[in-house]
Amino acid sequence: MMFAAATLAIIVTMALAIVRAIRGPTVFDRAQAGNTTGTMAVMLLAVIGFLNGRPEFLDLAIVYGLLNLVGTIAVLKFFRYGDLGDPGEGEPPRQP
Amino acid sequence: MMAVVATAMVVQRNLFAVVVLGGIYSFLMATALVALDAVDVAMTEASVGAGISTVLLLGALHLVRGDEARPLGRPWFPLAVSIAAGGVLVYGTLGLSAFSDADAPIHRHVAPRYIEQAMKETGVPNVVTAVLASYRGYDTLGETTVVFTAGIGVIALLRQRRRKDRDRK
Repeated sequence: MMFAAATLAIIVTMALAIVRAIRGPTVFDRAQAGNTTGTMAVMLLAVIGFLNGRPEFLDLAIVYGLLNLVGTIAVLKFFRYGDLGDPGEGEPPRQP
Repeated sequence: MMAVVATAMVVQRNLFAVVVLGGIYSFLMATALVALDAVDVAMTEASVGAGISTVLLLGALHLVRGDEARPLGRPWFPLAVSIAAGGVLVYGTLGLSAFSDADAPIHRHVAPRYIEQAMKETGVPNVVTAVLASYRGYDTLGETTVVFTAGIGVIALLRQRRRKDRDRK
């Protein structure tokens, strides 16, 4: 019962994040919405595992979290530098 | 929810938003696959769809302009073809055996032989590895070739752009 309620709440949150991703006027709204959806997917995965009585897939949820981080960093880096291969401001550019 | 996201991707003209929505769609798809007990497929969907595809599409977005051009005509014919193909696929699912049916043809055709004979015939202890690397060896070789070629293409496209940037500076 408790897990079902949690699943419902997570799905509602996910729907709200998707609304923000579709309507979001700025880039940051969309990046934040994408990140939130990924986080909600992680939590949904964990809660569904307990809901079905088989919490063996928690490690898969951890992998989702890592991928979510990579995706968000790629989006933000693209927005900041306009290029994924650009070294950050602190590092000197590599010599060929 | 996935249908809403897909419709938004079609309607949306800002390509950056489309990339973000694509990542969201992949996470939803992966969650649905986990709910269907296809954990390995869900893993692939999350890593390829939400991870690598987002990065590669953003790299491609850097090479083109950020807004999609207005379509010239109304794409009624492709829409009709898509709906027809979807209808045929749904019709095909009606002929499938029930979910997790032990007597389904896929469990009776070659699976018992794989499970019983794999160790004797190939000498590989893991059945999945034996199927992929021995029974379907040529298939796996072809897949590896395709992935390798695609990787070379992507690296060539993205590298060229970076070198041009550096020359300009």
